[in-house]
Amino acid sequence: MQFDKELDAKNLNCPLPILRCKKGLSEIASGQTLKIMATDPGSVKDFEAFCKQTGHVMTRRDEDDGVYTFYIKKRAE
Amino acid sequence: MAKKLALIASKGSLDWAYPPFILASTAAALDYEVQIFFTFYGLTLLKKDLGDLKVSPLGNPAMPMPIPMPNFVQMLPGIESVATMIMKQKIADKGVASIEELRNACIEAGVKLIACQMTVDLFDFKKSDFITDIEFGGAATFFEFAGESNVNLFI
Repeated sequence: MQFDKELDAKNLNCPLPILRCKKGLSEIASGQTLKIMATDPGSVKDFEAFCKQTGHVMTRRDEDDGVYTFYIKKRAE
Repeated sequence: MAKKLALIASKGSLDWAYPPFILASTAAALDYEVQIFFTFYGLTLLKKDLGDLKVSPLGNPAMPMPIPMPNFVQMLPGIESVATMIMKQKIADKGVASIEELRNACIEAGVKLIACQMTVDLFDFKKSDFITDIEFGGAATFFEFAGESNVNLFI
């Protein structure tokens, strides 16, 4: 899976993964993809809610041994 | 048009410092326009030094304690400091943000922080006690924004 920027939000608790994600998205262009990893189990629902409310698109989500990886494509401006 | 969130932060203990800053920073990340009005003990959360924030088990029977502790023990000198130390350690261990970190996130995201001028006068606070990224105002200032907000919470 291709991505343009990668962020590690592992071992961070609510709301830090979302705040890191927001910051990461501000550093890439529309249409580009941010890969972000988190270990907070609440982040699964939170990232869905974040995308639903902001219009960014989650193109893929993986889970491996308690690590959640989200691929989020930045919305058009 | 962006949604709006208006918060009143009225408490100044370490535990109660979390809800306003968590909600405000998250709402800002969700593209809300956010204002927090800090009044009474909440004003403590705008001080330059947040190191004085404490948590007390006294009068808070729901607070999980490492060992059961009756009220008359909780009132002994030093217990509050120990409880605060334990809480801060837990916060660090669990990857929970510090209040300073969340407050900075709010400031960076453009959350407007308003200090209640009346409380500043009441408690003889000095403007130099506070961080510089704030405004001072009263109840009418709060309602100017709150009246057109989608979400209003008193914390």
